Amino acid sequence: MILKDILLQLSVRSVRLHFLRSVLAALGIVIGVVAIAAMGMMGANMTLSVTGELSQMANNLVVTAYTGGGGFMGFGGGGGPPGSGSGGSQSREEQMITQDQFRNIRDIAGSYGTVYYVYSQSDSIETSDQWGRATIYGLDPDIFAEVLELEEGDYPKSTTTVVIGPRIAERFGLEPGSKLVIGDSDEGSTATVRVVGILKEKGMSMDLNTDSAIVGSEKLYTGIYGGEGEYRQVNIVLDDVDNVDTVKEEILAELNDRDDEVTVQDSSSMLESITSVLGTITTFVMGIAGVSLVVAAVSIFNVMMMSVTERVREIGILRSIGTQRNDVRRMFLYEAGILGIVGGVIGAVASLLIGYIVVLGMVGTTEFFFTWQSLWYIPFAMAIGIGICIISGVYPAWQASSLDPIEALRAE
Amino acid sequence: MQAKSRPVITLDRVTKVYPLQSGDVTALNKISLSINEGEFVAIMGPSGSGKSTLLNQIGCLDVPTSGTLTLAGREVGAMNDRELTDLRLTTIGYIFQKFNLIPLLTAYENVEYPYLMKHRKNDDTGHVRHLLDQLGIDEALSAHKPPQLSGGQQQRVAIARALVNDPAILLCDEPTGNLDSQTGIQIMEVLAQLNRRGRTIIMVTHERDIAAYAERTITIRDGRVA
Repeated sequence: MILKDILLQLSVRSVRLHFLRSVLAALGIVIGVVAIAAMGMMGANMTLSVTGELSQMANNLVVTAYTGGGGFMGFGGGGGPPGSGSGGSQSREEQMITQDQFRNIRDIAGSYGTVYYVYSQSDSIETSDQWGRATIYGLDPDIFAEVLELEEGDYPKSTTTVVIGPRIAERFGLEPGSKLVIGDSDEGSTATVRVVGILKEKGMSMDLNTDSAIVGSEKLYTGIYGGEGEYRQVNIVLDDVDNVDTVKEEILAELNDRDDEVTVQDSSSMLESITSVLGTITTFVMGIAGVSLVVAAVSIFNVMMMSVTERVREIGILRSIGTQRNDVRRMFLYEAGILGIVGGVIGAVASLLIGYIVVLGMVGTTEFFFTWQSLWYIPFAMAIGIGICIISGVYPAWQASSLDPIEALRAE
Repeated sequence: MQAKSRPVITLDRVTKVYPLQSGDVTALNKISLSINEGEFVAIMGPSGSGKSTLLNQIGCLDVPTSGTLTLAGREVGAMNDRELTDLRLTTIGYIFQKFNLIPLLTAYENVEYPYLMKHRKNDDTGHVRHLLDQLGIDEALSAHKPPQLSGGQQQRVAIARALVNDPAILLCDEPTGNLDSQTGIQIMEVLAQLNRRGRTIIMVTHERDIAAYAERTITIRDGRVA
């Protein structure tokens, strides 16, 4: 038989006696728990979503010319300073992979997978009624089918045809057969090309960001910008993901033997920096959400002080008939704990619902919502809520236990 | 009946001084007395004479400023709060004028409370139930909360609570003060019966006919035994 904890009974009944007051105090905890859990889950789902996308290209390596620092040429918009298409060859050589280097890389990595070079440039484009900017990619036509996935249409077969990303197609209202002009006639040469295919949506990527890009043949690219044999980057798609480190090391050993010539990036380093940034943002947002818990703590403290004041005589009786100080403390900590558990549990249930809505709205997918990394924030926030409640109850409990029994008995 | 020879309470020049801003107030002034096991003692005196202070000393709610107070063979003056509380739980049964039951607990739980605190285990012997039955509180009444009981019933529950840990001393502070005379007599009969069975009882009262139930009356005046 379990020992009947009569102090717990007293605490439960005291909470029930002041039901409305207790519910209102617990509501603060509910809000705090929901805020922390929802923000945490949002961060976790963002991270998981990015990780999910990046892990699909864990077998990708991107080689760029060494520029002295890190950074991802392939990440976030195709790279390259805007409008530098007709820039001097001097500055371009400093940032580009040369044909010799490409051959070296292909010799090393060719046996592990597909190696291809990428020309890229940000430039203005023009349709019959709109003007804007886009990333222009130039690739070896032989590689098209291997690295590009079509939603509709066909791959370019001439120097006047291109495929375009789905976002550009949507923004400019383009479809197979549409025409557009690449380049600005004021700054350099231009080319009028015909769209023959629309690419599948790909999401964020480190090798080719084709969603907002125009992809044409190498000859089309060099026809506009020149610079033949000077590549923005070399992409390697490995057949086996386990070879990432081997290939990376071999390339670095061969090409950076004397001077640092190239930088090799894999998805893990990219993932690391993204998750680190997301982690910082999540912690910050959760900290702001935590402020609501501080407000809740004040409310709990207030309710507990009221409870102690109202029960002074009862404390006097309990003490006079032989209740130890620590038992009186325990009784009030129970009371704070009950408020915390009630608030925490309601908060946990509510954060499941509200978190789902927040994740759906902010991340766009709830694919990762029911994973441990995401749901973990619910018990986490709940524990913080309960913990804060108990901490708020410490001083009132201590005050109750320090009352002089004789004085307390005199209270009405 | 037990021989009334062994002293269970001994006060030797017990003094209690309350320091106030307006000057020290001596509530008890070098009181010496001895109460034997099985005695029924009434403490009388006018208001402010110090009789409640005396009861608080014997009840271990307070400790003397000077002098020695020995309870059931133990010197109280040097005890810390934990030891005093433990003594209140195990050695003393307190019966108050205002009953002082816990309103959130049922009559049964009020009696059960000190038992649970002492033994840290449930009462599986039926001791609590038996005590309540003896005092005329049946099962139906036991399930009520104190405010639902009459004054006499509440005081009977309070007596049961005071007896549950089988204390050496029963302290009663005006036990009939909040009861009508008929109920007061019933309660006094209960106390007298307990004393006949050997329980040591010390009772503070200012009513002569109530004090008449005791075998000995100690009168306190201005903090001294008169």
